[in-house]
Amino acid sequence: MADITISERQAGDVTILDLDGKVTIGEGSVALRTAIRRLLGDGKNKILMNLGGVGYIDSSGIGELVSSFTAVNKEGGTLKLLNLTQKIQDLLAITKLLTVFDVFDSEADALASFE
Amino acid sequence: MSETKELTLPSRIESVDQAALEADEFAKSVGLDDEFISAIDLAVRESVANAVKHGNKFDETKQVEIKFSRSAEGFEVQVRDFGAGFDPADIPDPTNPANLLKASGRGILFMRSFMDEVEWSNHDGGGLIVKMLKKQ
Repeated sequence: MADITISERQAGDVTILDLDGKVTIGEGSVALRTAIRRLLGDGKNKILMNLGGVGYIDSSGIGELVSSFTAVNKEGGTLKLLNLTQKIQDLLAITKLLTVFDVFDSEADALASFE
Repeated sequence: MSETKELTLPSRIESVDQAALEADEFAKSVGLDDEFISAIDLAVRESVANAVKHGNKFDETKQVEIKFSRSAEGFEVQVRDFGAGFDPADIPDPTNPANLLKASGRGILFMRSFMDEVEWSNHDGGGLIVKMLKKQ
């Protein structure tokens, strides 16, 4: 079974990625990288990443979030995070990345922030 | 009284999951709670990933030796690789603003954050050994 499932939804010009599973070294991180590259290749650069279904993330996964963030910025886009679990929030706090990412608990609020 | 579990795994990414699974099972068998186990799980994943990637450099002829020990003091994890070693002081601080957007370099921070003691030493027989203790 795959470590992670990534589903895509569209809300106006914002693409929502719903992640379900583990974002860890190996398959999970690679799947996320592939998904982001594909979106950017399709010209979709307003991305909301829903991490509510991510039960586990490690330093490699956190690194992949950062790489995604910089890749999207480089294309003139914006990447924001939605529904952080307590564990992910703790890890982003430890790494001081909460100061980097825009983080939302409400999908409606997150979508409104792109406007 | 001390209880111990040892395992030797090949230098591949799948060993990270396997080591964490074995750590979780052992920690549960000695009665540790979920929060404690979650911290150990992360420290094991990061240390084994470092051993596979940076220590043994994915060379499958090299093993990763792992030991879990439960004692009155707490839970100790030892992970040994057979690489050239490194100095943890050489790892840039990932929380430094200049390093925040780097894609890697956070594993040791997580190990230090979730365990009470973390130390590295060169093993007499070659390679590097990291010892981590979570006190109870």
